[in-house]
Parts: sequence; structure tokens; C-alpha cells
Amino acid sequence: MNAALKKTYNVEQVRRDFPILARRVNGKPLTYLDSAASSQRPLPVLRAMEHYETHSHANVHRGVHTLSQEATQAFEDARERVRRFINARSTKEIVFVRGTTEAINLVAQSYARPRLKAGDEILITALEHHANIVPWQMVCEQTGCTLKVAPIDTRGELIFAEFEKLLSPRTKLVAVAHVSNALGTVLPIERIIAAAHARGAPVLIDGAQAVPHTRVDVQALKADFYAFSSHKLYGPTGIGVLYAKEALLAAMPPWQGGGDMIRSVTFERTTYNDLPWKFEAGTPHIVGAVGLAAALDYVEGLGLEAIAAHEQGLLEQATSQLKKIPGLQIIGTAPHKAAVISFVLSGVHSHDIGTILDNEGVAIRTGHHCAMPVMDFFEVPATARASFACYSNTQDVERLVAALHKVREVFA
Amino acid sequence: MELKDLYRDVILDHNRQPRNFGKLDPSDARAEGHNPLCGDRLSLTLKLNGDRIEDVRFEGKGCAISTASASLMTEAIKGRDRASAGRLFDAVHTLLTQPDAGAATSPDLGKLAALSGVREFPMRVKCATLCWHTLNAALEHQPAPVSTE
Repeated sequence: MNAALKKTYNVEQVRRDFPILARRVNGKPLTYLDSAASSQRPLPVLRAMEHYETHSHANVHRGVHTLSQEATQAFEDARERVRRFINARSTKEIVFVRGTTEAINLVAQSYARPRLKAGDEILITALEHHANIVPWQMVCEQTGCTLKVAPIDTRGELIFAEFEKLLSPRTKLVAVAHVSNALGTVLPIERIIAAAHARGAPVLIDGAQAVPHTRVDVQALKADFYAFSSHKLYGPTGIGVLYAKEALLAAMPPWQGGGDMIRSVTFERTTYNDLPWKFEAGTPHIVGAVGLAAALDYVEGLGLEAIAAHEQGLLEQATSQLKKIPGLQIIGTAPHKAAVISFVLSGVHSHDIGTILDNEGVAIRTGHHCAMPVMDFFEVPATARASFACYSNTQDVERLVAALHKVREVFA
Repeated sequence: MELKDLYRDVILDHNRQPRNFGKLDPSDARAEGHNPLCGDRLSLTLKLNGDRIEDVRFEGKGCAISTASASLMTEAIKGRDRASAGRLFDAVHTLLTQPDAGAATSPDLGKLAALSGVREFPMRVKCATLCWHTLNAALEHQPAPVSTE
């Protein structure tokens, strides 16, 4: 199946949908290998947003006039589009937020904070992004509960047996990444969810790095919460999604108060709106939702499986070529990885790599990737990270390799 | 932007073989510097004689620019008094941030002038100034680590 998909996947045609890829950086063709930080947007997304702004913009859920109806329709259509994308049961389970970070904070403050108390535990893994660490530390400070961290091995994989050992009746919530942003490791979330549920703990999945590369079916996964961002999925920044099971959302108090999230307000008493609007105080990022919906159409048009197969081909090519560079060490060598390759080069700090690569037009991420505990585990201050997307091609890999040889020349 | 303007031989040499690397124990003043963007960490220890910097060591992990800048700084400040070291920081700061620093380059800079290429790479200016901010903190006895953010 993969071979057939590869044959029909025309990356050069895909690239024409992304005008930014035609620009030059420092006199060289842009080689954009930083999609795990933020992906570029294709023309259909940009056009959908432009169409909304130039034809239909007004505030949502408020007016009886035509534009308000059209804006409301576009916004709620986007919610339905998201529901289909992750196969949620109902649009009541789709809350629009600013991004993965806000989704996790919402769960921390609205689900965990009112429920947890001293003696309770929240279990995460050593692979988490700061966005899936800090909100829980805040809840621990607020409630007296304890944060537990399941360890990883030297390949950057979760040690599942250790994770299981840390699960106990005290575990009131499990929060794990679907895919590690720093290393690309794909976590065994089906097993994690099953093990947590067996002990009665609900599970939040940070899906920011997973949704661009894999089909997510929240019902099949039995995830309780699933969070992701639009801008890593070829959509605009400033919008993301919190999926949560309806029963959980129904039992949670709103976390921000304001317009749109209420049914009636008097100075004595306020009744809250229905799901999901109870969690959407204030005017939302309407055009963002429109762009996200267009991005979902776009990736499903290409086919998530086809994109993943294409990216895996590039990952294999890059891994085998990078391994040949003297002094280069790949950090994170799990057998099951998304299209991310993190590495260090002996004697050269990742920021020097980043600057020299940029001079060659090659954009990669350098630094700690908002995952300082992962860096500490591997005893590196920082890594360089190349990441691939639907529009990456073999020339991108070749230019990366050539630029890395340039780094070695400068630091010879 | 030319890479060789950034990674001059002096910079590469001081990165490869940092001068005054290590720790003074005991020391009269010390400070930690941290650049959260890069994860660079720098620790500076000083031996003072009244107002004069008699000896200085640094250690830590950082990129070539931050390591070389710290190494060059330790050579340049040894023997100076606080006021003179402060003036040198001002000169370095001008060198790193003013677009047309060429004409204004202080003759006092000496080898530190090798850092002039950094101003063409705005994202890297903080790498070069980390050691100087740390020096300020050490001389002012600030207890908390300094950060370039």
C-alpha cells in the first residue's frame, strides 16, 4: 500500500500550493525544515480565510443580520469539520481554543483544579513539551497534588513498565504527548489509555505533533481529552482544539467568563450556555476556525496516510545520510517516529549550526524545543531539529546534508 | 551576510581553546548567566583587589559566539577597574548593536573588535552579550542569575 501511495504522491504539485516555498533566503532557495514548530499554509487555506474576511465577516452567535448568520454558519461548519476530522461523537465535544497550550490549561484549571487534592497524582512522561508540564505544576501548587513523571530510555522511548508502575489509585489524571516534539517519538497512546482507564484515570493526549502525520479517531482511542493546534496542521496560528468527552465537559465549570458563554446574566445569577460554548468566552478567532477547516480539507484531500508515507520516506533518507556525517549524533532513535530528526554535532553548538544553515537558506529549529527535561536527560544543552511536512522533498534533505558539511568546514 | 564575518579566526580559536576557563576558588565575586533561548549557561568568578579585577575565570556551555565572547572578555578585563570595565562593555555594546559602528569603534576594544560581525546576525547578539551582563551582575553582587530574556 505504501509503495502505491508514494507513486501517486506528487510532492512538486503539493509545493505549488505553498507560495512561500518559492522565496529565497540569503540568496539561496528556501529549504523549510521547521514544520514541527509551525507549518506553512497552502493557498486553499489562505483563500478560504480571504473569502471569509471579504464576504462574510461579522460577530458570531449575536446578530440576526445576514453577515452574522454567515459568520456563525462558517464558524459552526468549521466545528463540524473538526468533529469529522477526529471522529468525535458530537460537536458539543469540540471546544475552540487558542492552541494546544490553552487546551491543556483549560483542562488543568477546569477539570483538575476543582477535583484534585493533596495526595492525588497527575502522571506525565519525561518526553513532554513545557505546555504539558507547567500547567500541571500550577495545579499541583494550587491543590497540593503531586506530579509524577514516567521515565524514558536512551532511544527516547517511554519505558512502559515504569509508566505502569507509577499508575495507582492516587493517579487522578494522565497527560501524555502523542508524538514528542523534541525527538519525534510516537508514544503508545492506545496502551497508555487502556492502562490508565483500567485504574480509573482519565487521559489527556497532547496531539500537537501527531495530527499532521497520523489519523486520529478519538472514539477508537477512547481518549478523554485530545488537544491540538491549527498552525502545525497547515492552518493559521491562534486557533486550536480541545476535544473532550461530553460527560466530562458537562461536569466541568467554565474557566473564563464573558460573552458567548452565558445563557442569561443578572447581577444575582448567571446561567451558562450549552456545550461547547460554555468554554468559549468572548468573540472567538472566527477566521482562524475557517482557515483550520480549510486546512483539514486540504490534508484529507492529499490523504493523511499518503502524507505520512511520504514523510517517512524523507525521514529514512535523512536518517541514513545524517548518520554518515562524522561527529553527528541523532538524539531520539525510537523505531516508531514521526517526521522529526533531532541531532547534535560534536564540538558545535546547535545555534551555530542554525546560523550557518540559515545562511544556506536552510531553516531548522535549534535550542531546547520547549522540552528542557528532555535535553537534561540526554545531557545536551540543545539540539538541532529538522522536521518534514507534506511539502518537503528529497532536495530539502540534500540541501540539509550539504549545509551540515558546510558547518563542519567552518568548525574544522 | 558573510559567514566568515561572524566566524572569524579569532572567534573560532577562542571557541576551540577558551582562555581563563574554569573557576576561581575562593573568589571575591561571582554570578551565573543564562540565555534561555539557547540554553547557554555561564558562570563567572572574579578576584578583586579593591576596585581592580585582578583575575577572572568563566565556565559553562554555550555556542561559539558566547564562548568566544566570554573568553575574549576575560582577557580584556583583567587588570581593569570597574569603571574601565564598564566603559569597555559600552564599547562592545555599541559594536554589537549599532549598524554603522565601524567609524565609532573604540580603539580600546582590541581583539574584541572581532565580534563586529555579530551585528549582522541580530538573533546572535544576546549570545555575545551574555558574559558582559554576567560580569555586571558579579560586580554588583546580584544574587539571582541574570538572564538575557
